Amino acid sequence: MKVRARDAKQAWQEEFESGPVRDDGIETSTISGIPLEPLYTSEDLPRRPEEYPGQFPYTRGIHPSGYRGRLWTMRQFSGFATAEETNRRYKYLLANGQTGLSVAFDMPTLMGQDSDAPTSRGEVGHCGVAIDSLADMETLFEGIPLSDITTSMTINSPAAILLCMYIAVAEKQGVSASKLGGTLQNDILKEFIAQKEFIFPPAPSMRLVVDSIEYCAKEVPKWNTISISGYHIREAGSTAAQELAFTLADGMAYVDACLERGMHIDDFASRLSFFFDAHIDFFEEIAKFRAARRIWARWMRERYGAQQERSWKLRFHTQTAGVSLTAQQPELNIARTAVEALAAVLGGTQSLHTNAMDEVLALPTDKAARLALRTQQLLAYETGVASTIDPLGGSYFVEALTDEMERQAEAYFKRIEEIGGVIPAIEVGFFQKEIADAAFRYQQELEQKRRIVVGVNEFTVEDEEPIEILRIDPRLESEQAERIAEVRRKRDQAKCSNALNGLRKAAAGTDNLMPYILDAVRAYATEGEIMHAMVEVFGTYTETAVV
Amino acid sequence: MPTAVRPVRIVVAKVGLDGHDRGVKVVARALRDAGYEVIYTGLRQTPEMVVDAALQEDAQVIGLSIHSGAHMTLFPAVVEELKRRKATDIIVFGGGIIPDDDITALKKRGVEKIFTPGTPLQEIVDWLRNRFPESTTK
Amino acid sequence: MRALARAITLIERRDPSIRDLEDAVRDHTDAQVPDVTGFTSAPGTGKSTLVDAVVTLLRKRSQSVAVLATDPNSPFTGGAILGDRIRMQRHALDPKVFIRSMGARGHLGGLSLASREAIRLLGAFGFDQVILETVGVGQSELEVAAVADTTVVVLTPNLGDSVQMIKAGILEIADVFVVNKADIDGHGRVVAELRTMLNMAPKTSWKPPIIPTVATRQEGVQQLWEAILAHRSHLEKTGKAKELSERRLRDETAEVAAELARERTRRALREDPTLTERLLKDGTPYRTAEEILRTRTDN
Repeated sequence: MKVRARDAKQAWQEEFESGPVRDDGIETSTISGIPLEPLYTSEDLPRRPEEYPGQFPYTRGIHPSGYRGRLWTMRQFSGFATAEETNRRYKYLLANGQTGLSVAFDMPTLMGQDSDAPTSRGEVGHCGVAIDSLADMETLFEGIPLSDITTSMTINSPAAILLCMYIAVAEKQGVSASKLGGTLQNDILKEFIAQKEFIFPPAPSMRLVVDSIEYCAKEVPKWNTISISGYHIREAGSTAAQELAFTLADGMAYVDACLERGMHIDDFASRLSFFFDAHIDFFEEIAKFRAARRIWARWMRERYGAQQERSWKLRFHTQTAGVSLTAQQPELNIARTAVEALAAVLGGTQSLHTNAMDEVLALPTDKAARLALRTQQLLAYETGVASTIDPLGGSYFVEALTDEMERQAEAYFKRIEEIGGVIPAIEVGFFQKEIADAAFRYQQELEQKRRIVVGVNEFTVEDEEPIEILRIDPRLESEQAERIAEVRRKRDQAKCSNALNGLRKAAAGTDNLMPYILDAVRAYATEGEIMHAMVEVFGTYTETAVV
Repeated sequence: MPTAVRPVRIVVAKVGLDGHDRGVKVVARALRDAGYEVIYTGLRQTPEMVVDAALQEDAQVIGLSIHSGAHMTLFPAVVEELKRRKATDIIVFGGGIIPDDDITALKKRGVEKIFTPGTPLQEIVDWLRNRFPESTTK
Repeated sequence: MRALARAITLIERRDPSIRDLEDAVRDHTDAQVPDVTGFTSAPGTGKSTLVDAVVTLLRKRSQSVAVLATDPNSPFTGGAILGDRIRMQRHALDPKVFIRSMGARGHLGGLSLASREAIRLLGAFGFDQVILETVGVGQSELEVAAVADTTVVVLTPNLGDSVQMIKAGILEIADVFVVNKADIDGHGRVVAELRTMLNMAPKTSWKPPIIPTVATRQEGVQQLWEAILAHRSHLEKTGKAKELSERRLRDETAEVAAELARERTRRALREDPTLTERLLKDGTPYRTAEEILRTRTDN
């Protein structure tokens, strides 16, 4: 029997080699440059005991019931203009069957500055919603009971402040912090590595992250305190293996920091969550998700000695790849997003954001946002892919690629350790250089047409029909500035400056800063004022020059 | 005296608050490889800072990159600052996620050229070669 | 400021009008000779951050500062990416701080010739201090040492290139050593290694001090500046300052002469086909060169 199988393979090999070869010059390696065989067979299958979902090392998923037990959460990231307008969009999305909210903040909010700061000009409400103080946060969730929904907040340097604002809104709604569910991105390391929305230097930045993890472990136990993100690393141009390796390395750096604080691994590990990109190279992405679970489980159990199973399980959110979208023939983006979303689902994601087709041009219109959500619903309810757990498990190809991902990630862990860890590697620009090199290589492949992006370097059309895009009213900036002025006018000044002074003092010491920030938030100190109080103590960071 | 041919100097800057520097870095490398001297000034540059750097560096060109949507405010502000500093001979080009209507408006306000995502790098290099035929290195 | 920036461009380009520029600078009554400090290190030691910290200190002391930062050009395309400004954003828009990125251009003596001329010019424009910053790969750190009054070599505990730098003969050019990132592990070891090396070196009248700094926190920067000043006064007291500056002018003149001669020779070979033909036939570069220099003049 075996001999005959080998004969068959040899016969195929001979026929393959004498057969036609496409001469279009297109790469056959993955988009990340992993060389691929034309065919995988049982000989490529790793020798290891059979794996099952819900069992260590969770390659096949963290739940024994997969999506039969529960579908992924359809979580569309949105936010624009003012809190009031975004509130309307949220209500619209919830009414259309969305199951969780995800807040996009505008650039000034992400960078910890108020809408009336000089460097906020032209930016207010453009990339997301402008939140300057508790007053805006109250408006954002007006009429949405925080006890009934989960909310994801994409914010990093000022993450602690926005979480405190959310807690304070819940207080006003009469919802106790212990009932709040949601996710705070709060991943500062990938900011230094890729997205560059840092403010403080690495050390105090890490302190704030650990402060929030420590605080939530006690006070907001259902909250995912950090979403360790590969998404931005990938969008900055990394390969799939770099995304995987750098993100998990960041995760371990947070674990190390919490252990250093004196926390016990099983007290916080299960509240760490991850966030990955779903790029267009279908199988490579599925392999990446499967490898991520396996690597994390192993490291948590073997290196960190976590005892509880829930500490071993890597849970992740996925967003389809913004960089894969094109401004040319933007309707094609619906097709791209569907393929990417399918990879995320086959990779076993816990929640998913599908990009809208016009996101490459501006914030999505209502119609585009709905189409994106509908794409997920179509996958969940029409295609049948949610019926079988890890349907690609055992595929010669996918298993081999999963192992290759793991191998490349482990090689990176070794290099990072040789440099002295994640923060030293950031300081010498290691990640930044690896990513910039990968991005440049990919760009050259596009220029040489060794890779094709439909509608961009091949299959183009001359006259593109413009699509309708969402415009932000420029008057918004002055209106938001007036709102801040009103908050400043109405609040109890003494209470506010006392709270800020308290925070400043605490920042110079070693106390957990969360209660101090919460005090300042409750006293209607603005985000910019709170950040400024901490900058006075912590200073700011300038990137390592890596081009 | 020998006159070493001087490469065209280009100040490349990220204006606006976003930190998406993938595009600007890829372009910087491509310009270097095409023989230009690229002075990269980093993230979150105000129009005043960009123009000041261009003057100190005696650059002939300023390249701006933005992904935050504030281009209609910040690109023209760079052009205005050049006027104020009497340095309108320095030309400005930009790149980023910029809708067609805005491109037309920006050109009217003195931004010479806008490149959108998906532009081949060679197109940017060709444009510069065309613009500075006498000074390029080769 | 634009005039200064343009003049530096002329210098970089070796434009003939440098001669007029030199005359103008000489006649400039307020012209002073600025103090020149060179900073060199392997990549990744936080040198730009340290220079930024030194500039901050000097500005607090009301001194004006010009920074000339050099990076290598690509030998293949002549292009370069110059990224040293990123670390000095704090001083953007300060009219008393002038930052200029220079591509090293890859031709022999290019950096030192251009920077010497630029330094004189900066003096004429009233700058008190000039800082030369360069990545120590290849020749550039030696060129910096040839131009600077005081050369600071920056090392760090991480990366493991400290030892490598010392092996590469950096010891001879350093007037002051900095061990930056003194807050991370391994700092003591680097200082100890360095001290042993220095003790083994031949005795000289100036023993380079070793200054620990944490540039990101402005720590040790004042001590560093004191050490630089101490080296300056040592140069003055021992008469070395005068000796150095005279020697530099002689060296510089010789370098310019070499450059002129080279160009004259190239032109002669280009314009005189008989001469070139003979050279190619006989294979006698030495004799041909002598003949060109003896018989030809510029103009």
